[in-house]
Amino acid sequence: MADTTAVSPGRQKDVRSGALTALIFLPPALTVFTLFVIVPIVEAGWYGFYNWNGLAALDNFVGFENYRQLFANKVFGHALINNLLIIAVSLLIQLPLALAMAVLLADRLFGAVAFRMLFFLPYILAEVAAGLIWRFMFDGDYGLISHAWQALGGDPLFILADRNWAFAAVLTVIVWKYFGFHMMLYIAGLQNIDASLYEAAAIDGANGWQRFRHITLPGLKPMILLSVFFSILGSLHFFDMVVPLTGGGPLNSTHTIVSFLYYFGVGRMRIGFGSAVGVFLFVLCVVAAFGYKRLLMRDE
Amino acid sequence: MSEITVPHRPPVGAMRSRRPAKAAVPLSTPLTGLPRLLILFVVAGLVVVPLLATVIGGFKELGELRTNPFGLPKVWHWENYWGILDSLRYWRILGNSLYISTVTVALTLAVAAPAAFAFAHLRFFGERYLFNYFILGLTFPFATAILPLFIKVRDLGLLDTHWGIILPQVAFNQAFSILLMRNAFRALPSELLDAALVDGCGYIRFFVSITLPLSRPILATVGVISFVMSWNNFLLPLVVINTNSKYPWTLGLMDYQGEFIVAWQLILAFITLTILPAMLMFMLAQKHIVSGLTAGAVKG
Repeated sequence: MADTTAVSPGRQKDVRSGALTALIFLPPALTVFTLFVIVPIVEAGWYGFYNWNGLAALDNFVGFENYRQLFANKVFGHALINNLLIIAVSLLIQLPLALAMAVLLADRLFGAVAFRMLFFLPYILAEVAAGLIWRFMFDGDYGLISHAWQALGGDPLFILADRNWAFAAVLTVIVWKYFGFHMMLYIAGLQNIDASLYEAAAIDGANGWQRFRHITLPGLKPMILLSVFFSILGSLHFFDMVVPLTGGGPLNSTHTIVSFLYYFGVGRMRIGFGSAVGVFLFVLCVVAAFGYKRLLMRDE
Repeated sequence: MSEITVPHRPPVGAMRSRRPAKAAVPLSTPLTGLPRLLILFVVAGLVVVPLLATVIGGFKELGELRTNPFGLPKVWHWENYWGILDSLRYWRILGNSLYISTVTVALTLAVAAPAAFAFAHLRFFGERYLFNYFILGLTFPFATAILPLFIKVRDLGLLDTHWGIILPQVAFNQAFSILLMRNAFRALPSELLDAALVDGCGYIRFFVSITLPLSRPILATVGVISFVMSWNNFLLPLVVINTNSKYPWTLGLMDYQGEFIVAWQLILAFITLTILPAMLMFMLAQKHIVSGLTAGAVKG
C-alpha cells in the first residue's frame, strides 16, 4: 500500500507530461493529414454539387445534376462493368493461381525462394512500366503475341485496338502483375498453420488433396478474405495501367472508375463532375472496407 | 545416438518407418517432384517472357523486332542503351524520382513516428477519437481527393513543384504508417518505459533514444512501403507536374513513349533502363522489400 501511494504522484506527473508531449508529437501529423487528406475528401463532396471549371467563382450550384449525368453516362456504365470484370477475374483466375503457387512454394523445396521472388517481381514494377511492356507485347506490328499468332498462321492481331478484346488484354496484365503479391499473402498465411496438423493428417492417411482441402484451405480463410478484399480495392483504384495500355480506348471501352474520373474530370477540368465520380468511388471503398470488417468480426 | 536425437517421438518414427516414401515428403504440398517443377516452370516462363522480350528487344533494330521477334539479336545494338545512358533526360527523371521519394520517406517517418508514439504510450484527451480519425484514412481512395488536391496545391502555389507531390504523399502515408508503428511501439516491453520514467527520463528522450533505435524493423517496413509507392506514383505527378525537366521517371517514361511512338527498340531500352534501379534494389534487398510490402499489407 505504502508503495502505491508513493508511486502515484509520480504517475500523475507522468500523465501530465505525457499529455504535454502529445501536444508536441501530434500536431504535425494532424495538420498534414487534415489539410491534404480530410479536407480534399470533404471538398470533393462539396464540389460535386457544382458545375465548376476551377477558375471562375464557385457559384454555379447544380444539386444532384452531376450525379444524374454520371449515372446516365454510357462510358461510365461500361467502366463500372470493367471494374466488375476485374474483380471477377481476380477471384476466378488470379486467386486460384496465387493459391496454387503458394502451396507449391510454401515449403523450402527446391527452388522455392527463387520462384517466389520471380513471381513477386511484376508486383514491384511500376504500373506504367508494366503497362508499356504489355503494350509492346500486344502490339500488332511488333508484339510477341501477334507474331506468335502469325507463326500459327493467323493475321496480325491488334488486340488493344479491338474493342471486343482490349479489356481482356488488360485483365491478362492484371493477373500477370498482381498474382505474386497475393501468393505472398498466402505463403505468409501458410506459415501460420500448425505443421503438426499435417503430420497428424498424414498419419491418419489423408492424401495431398485431402490435406489441402481440410487443413490448408480452412487455415487460410482469413488470408483468403484479405486477398479478396485487396482484389476489390485494387479494382476500385485501378488506373495507372489504363494509360499506357489503352488510354481508355478504343471507343472508351476500357475505362475504369478512376480512369473515367481522370479523363472526363481532370482532363476536361470539370471539377464538379469529376468530384461526383470521386464521391461515388469513395462510397464504394467505404462499403467494401466495412463489409470486410464485418466479415472478419463475424469470423472471430 | 539415434535414440538420443529422437527420444520424444517414437510413435511418429514408427509410423514413418512403415511409410518410408512419405517421410521425406513435405506435408503441406500436395504436388511434389517433377509435376510440381513443370507447373512452376510454365508459370515462371509466362512471368519472365515479357520482361526478357523488353530487355532483349532493346538491343535490336526496329526492323529486327518484326523479322526476328523471338530470337536473340543478330547484332547487339548497344547504342540504343548508350544513347539513353548518355542523355540528360534519363538521369534527370531518375534524380527527380529519387529526390521526391527520399524526402517523402524521411517526412513520412518524421511526422508519423511521433504521432504513433503518442498513440502507443501517452494518455491525453480524445486519444481514441484522434486515432480513429487517422485510421479512417486507410479506406479513403486517393482518386477521390485528386481534383480538390489539384485546387489546393494550385492555391498554395505548389503546382509544378516537387513539394506538390511530396506533401500529399506524406499526408496519405500517415494512416498506415501510424497504425503499423503504433502497434510496433506498443509491442516493446512496457517495463522499459516504466523504468525510464522512474529514472527521470522524459517521454521525448525515451522516444528518441530507446523507442526509435529498438524499432528499426518497423521503420524499415514503413520506409520501404512509402518509398515504393512514391517511386511508382503516377496519378499525382500527372496532375501536379507539367514541366518536362521536373518529371519523375513514371511521367518521363510516358513522355518518352509519346515522343518515339513506334521506335519500339528505343522505348524498350528506355523501359529497361528506367526499371533497372527498382530491379537492382529488389535483388539487393528482396527479403526486406517482400516482407515490408506483404507484412505491411497483412498488419495494416
